[in-house]
Amino acid sequence: MIFIFGLFLLTLLVITAIAIVRTEDLFVAVMLTSIFSLLMAANFFILDAADVALTEAAVGAGVTTVIFLCALALTDDKEKPRQGSRWVTFSTVGVLALLIIYATFDKPRLGDPDAPVHQHIAPWYIEKTTEYIDIPNVVTAILSSFRGYDTLGEVFVVFAACIGVLFILGVSPPRKSRQVTEKNSGLRHHLIPQVVGRLLIPFIVLFGLYVQFHGEYSPGGGFQAGAIIATGVILYALLEGEAEALRAIPRGVLLGMVVGGALLYGGVGVACMFMGGAFLDYSVLAADPIFGQQLGILIIEAGVGMAVCGALLTIFHAFAAREILS
Amino acid sequence: MIDVALDVLSWILLVIGGACVLIGGIGGLRLPNFYTRIHAASLTDTMATILIFSGMMLQAGLSLATLKLFAIMLFLLLTGPTATYALANAALLSGLKPDAGTTSDKPKESSPE
Repeated sequence: MIFIFGLFLLTLLVITAIAIVRTEDLFVAVMLTSIFSLLMAANFFILDAADVALTEAAVGAGVTTVIFLCALALTDDKEKPRQGSRWVTFSTVGVLALLIIYATFDKPRLGDPDAPVHQHIAPWYIEKTTEYIDIPNVVTAILSSFRGYDTLGEVFVVFAACIGVLFILGVSPPRKSRQVTEKNSGLRHHLIPQVVGRLLIPFIVLFGLYVQFHGEYSPGGGFQAGAIIATGVILYALLEGEAEALRAIPRGVLLGMVVGGALLYGGVGVACMFMGGAFLDYSVLAADPIFGQQLGILIIEAGVGMAVCGALLTIFHAFAAREILS
Repeated sequence: MIDVALDVLSWILLVIGGACVLIGGIGGLRLPNFYTRIHAASLTDTMATILIFSGMMLQAGLSLATLKLFAIMLFLLLTGPTATYALANAALLSGLKPDAGTTSDKPKESSPE
């Protein structure tokens, strides 16, 4: 049954991908990308990767679509006609596709317990999580403790992306004043979306906080929670206008979240060193090493959530402010 | 006995709900213009949601899963019609006139929805 459903989803993925390539209307392409992400999330979910599915649904289908739409508002929504020959592209894609298809012959069967990936280090993680950290969600344990360096790197990547977007878009062009701001006041005159949005936003943020602090016990964690909370705030910005959202959470607070989140994560690592352990070895944070691990995971997940939420909202505001000015 | 009755009832609800999704899908493909198409799609948003989730809640029995299903149903019932409203409103504002007739708006609409 799962096999048929997976086949169905993958077929839809291929169809969507071809449609994205073929369409000339960039608006349609953005919508199709959103659908692609949603299908991908469903696909991850039936492969039992609930954490990844949550991230893909929140970031890929939610926030990215809004950011793409904001970007489209700055440019044209029609694709420019192609120039020159496409044979180089076609042959490159063809050769790569053939190589990948050739590589799949060596791939172990889906879910094969003897596959190398299940033999290498995964059993050790599954076995030792209860002994060292004692939390039910092994994914969170691996992400934030066993492979804490990787996640720290990811947080720094998010941080760097946010800074990069700010460098390119954050500077407001000097030629126009801010008088146009009043016109762009979101969907304030639409009663129905506003009422429903007001009803839903608290629950979206609440769900984000649940995903954040329940990450040790169920799918979720800082990345997903940050994206979900950012979605709630972006919904507020779409309904009430961007200026209103900036008044609720000023730009300084957002930047503080990005910087503070990354600093919090790194700071926990340094604190571990001061207390006699290795960098990001949370066991020394409390008298009981297991509790120390849990405490460390809780704090760094909070840092990840802050950084991701702040970065996504900063990027959104960078695009949206540009849209008002131009 | 009561279990069997509940099971049968839940399957009836699920099948009718599935039929609603199917009808909505066919309508989205076959109906001539934009407003008629979102009318078909809204059938999936409301009727099918209520039927399918009622069926699944009967399947789940009295448990936490039922509560979660109810919450998801409430969420979908709130967001689905709102999205349809926003879509229709955006189409109206961008100058697409509602037309009860069967004239197709194919050249304007490069893609359904």
